[in-house]
Amino acid sequence: MDVSQYLEIFLDETKEHLQNLNTQILNLETDAENMDTINEIFRAAHSLKGMAGTMGYKRMQTLTHDMENVFSEVRNGNIKVQPEMIDVLFQCLDALEEYTNNIQSTADEGTNDNEPLIKLLNDILTGGGKAEEPEAKSGSAPAESGASGDKKWNEIALDDSQIHVITEAAKMGKAAYGITVTVQDSCILKAARAFLVFKAVEEKGDIIVSNPSTQDVEDEKFDRDFTLIVLSEAPLEDIIKAACNVSEIADVTGAPLVLEETKNYRPMEEPAAAPAAEAEPVKAEKKPAAEEKTQAPAAKANEKKPAVSKPVVNRTVRVDIEKLDVLMNLVSELIIAKNSLVSASGQEQNSNSGFNEQIEYLESVTTNLHESVMKVRMVPIESVVNKFPRMIRDLSKTLNKKMELYMSGEETELDRTVVDEIGDPLMHLLRNSADHGLEDAELRARRGKPPVGSIFLDAYQDGNNVVIEVRDDGNGIDVEAVRNKAIERGTITAEQGATMSEKEIIDLLFLPSFSTAKKVTDVSGRGVGLDVVKSKIESLSGEVEVKSRLGEGSTWTIRLPLTLAIIQALMVVVGNEKYAISLGSIQAIEDLLPSDIKLVENKEVINLRGVVIPLIRMNELLDIESSRQADESLIVVIVKKGDRMAGLVVDDLLGQQEIVIKSLGAYIKQCKFISGATILGDGEVALILDANALL
Amino acid sequence: MEQQTAMNEVVKTDQEGKRIAERFQYIVIRLGDEQYGIDIRYIDNIVRMQNITRVPKVPAYLKGVINLRGEVIPIVSIRLKMGLAADEYGRATRIIILKSEVSGSLGIVVDEVREVVTLSEDDIERLSHESKDGHSSFINGVGKNGGELISLLDLNAITLDENS
Repeated sequence: MDVSQYLEIFLDETKEHLQNLNTQILNLETDAENMDTINEIFRAAHSLKGMAGTMGYKRMQTLTHDMENVFSEVRNGNIKVQPEMIDVLFQCLDALEEYTNNIQSTADEGTNDNEPLIKLLNDILTGGGKAEEPEAKSGSAPAESGASGDKKWNEIALDDSQIHVITEAAKMGKAAYGITVTVQDSCILKAARAFLVFKAVEEKGDIIVSNPSTQDVEDEKFDRDFTLIVLSEAPLEDIIKAACNVSEIADVTGAPLVLEETKNYRPMEEPAAAPAAEAEPVKAEKKPAAEEKTQAPAAKANEKKPAVSKPVVNRTVRVDIEKLDVLMNLVSELIIAKNSLVSASGQEQNSNSGFNEQIEYLESVTTNLHESVMKVRMVPIESVVNKFPRMIRDLSKTLNKKMELYMSGEETELDRTVVDEIGDPLMHLLRNSADHGLEDAELRARRGKPPVGSIFLDAYQDGNNVVIEVRDDGNGIDVEAVRNKAIERGTITAEQGATMSEKEIIDLLFLPSFSTAKKVTDVSGRGVGLDVVKSKIESLSGEVEVKSRLGEGSTWTIRLPLTLAIIQALMVVVGNEKYAISLGSIQAIEDLLPSDIKLVENKEVINLRGVVIPLIRMNELLDIESSRQADESLIVVIVKKGDRMAGLVVDDLLGQQEIVIKSLGAYIKQCKFISGATILGDGEVALILDANALL
Repeated sequence: MEQQTAMNEVVKTDQEGKRIAERFQYIVIRLGDEQYGIDIRYIDNIVRMQNITRVPKVPAYLKGVINLRGEVIPIVSIRLKMGLAADEYGRATRIIILKSEVSGSLGIVVDEVREVVTLSEDDIERLSHESKDGHSSFINGVGKNGGELISLLDLNAITLDENS
């Protein structure tokens, strides 16, 4: 059975479920009683198990199965959520993630059985039950409430005659067993399978009760499982094995029936001697046999969803980003074609009004289409930031610091390509805040801060940018320590150090040579891999800033363009050529007289409201004749990158426009201050000036 | 379709390992007074001359970029690259868009596109790459089409030596 075609879907969905589990278990840790959370966890674990089984990943299935058992008991209120249990569950999730990663890279889940984890889970199952009901008999405790997923036979209301039969049989050496048979999700002919199970079991003993009734089972009036009470001389294992041998049976669990535990039981007999704990190993034994069968009907898995309802997920279709690019290009073409129609209609003075009307209609349709296609590329950053609460929790444990992560704006949308890339830098900053930013408990207490450190992750849209802030109420950056270290390391001289502003000093942290030095970071409390953060964000056309107050905390601000594909740009003319400058980097536009230009070190500068700004004559840079006379006034576009500014002298301004960024391709790469090209409404290509590279 | 057939022919003979007169299709173009052939398999499109947007600070033979149905495509003057006189754009001037897996699509400016010819392997005289004098290194063979000689352009030389 070839399931490789489903592999991608499987991986996607597995990651989604794992993320969901991570989030929900975190919730569970804080709010152990929340039934919704527990149900959600159970569902996600159940889906994971089903999917892994369908794909034939047995180890993954085994692990999720045991996790599901634990959740099931929690759901039934038989086990209380305890911190150790949460830890084990998280370890399980990590193990599952490892499986997933293995599958992603090699299409194989690997060979790690994670037996210690499975054992821990089983310990929780048995041990947890004991802790709850210490007076209960060995291991059967989880079934006490009667609603147990594993021991459904106890729910069956036995009437007196049946009880009588059972007790009589016991005297004749026939044991009563409760057996629950679960049919696979994918099974189509449930009734037929059930019939075969009945037949197999009846060869070994007598079925005295069935729930749902035999008739209902035959009419397929059952969900996925049915429960039998069997009288037999044969050992329980034999009966379970017989039932397991029927194909498309997912699971058979069984245990000796303990009359006292059944519903409606009126005490009259001796407690069943056989300890129910025996049931556990029996069940474990059965699993491999059942799993082998899960593979066969895997193809049908897609036809039938698990019976439990799926968690609320956005209704989405996964689309290859290249297909969107194609769509995008088609829309651009359409717009260009529309623009030429518009200009053609403008020339025809005598054209009839109906024609113009249609053109206008076309115009509004293309504009809307354009916008929608753009929006398709946007995804919420949720998918990235969701993993952070878990990370902070783990960090809190390893660093032995109390901290809490507060997130807002997870729904903020960014271009898909940006979202995929932003995870690592954010993680870096958060780790930084947790590790170096937050002080230890003692220092916090001395400073009068709350014992639990706070880290904030806020995302919001600001014009054409998305801003993501990582904030902590920790120590902040010790500027003096950074300054001293920088001088010590020779990054700056002592004189430079004395004149540099606080902000300039902090910027030193982003230097590669600086931040990789471990010693420095110990003193400064900051800086591991900040250069990586910076370069990553800059590669996404974004920028990162840090504001810090010693003793009060720091704020790291990441500013990203809403999308990489479209920007707002100022169109300018140099000579007879059109160029686009990203609006994001433009500070101001000034009209200056030639007499305003001063010479400093033989370079042209202007003094703009007290700030000295170097001038760049774009026509000289671009090797083209200026269309303006030397004595004419100058149009200067002031661009800014961080604290640095420059004035770009252009010949004319055409106005603001939303432009689609296109790459110049691998062939042209010599020109470093051209970051790309865009196609104008008339079909012409205009180059995009990279103001950052000019500074 | 023709392109497809040409490819199939090549593949077939390659598989059988025989030399039963492999046939190649070439588009014959004119540069100045000379005729050149371009293997049709590398050609994506032929478009009319249009306004080329100049890109600053690049070698002179890189004429700039054009918009081809939403894609920005660099344009190379093979005249300049081969050391001939600069192009004079006329009514017959065309841009041939080449597909290149290494560096993406690329357009070259030619004076005229004449015809498509089919040459069999026997009609082609392969040239070694040794001769690096002048523009001959841009040619990897000479084809005989009836009484005419067609220089076959080595597209790799045109598209690749960019990065050197």
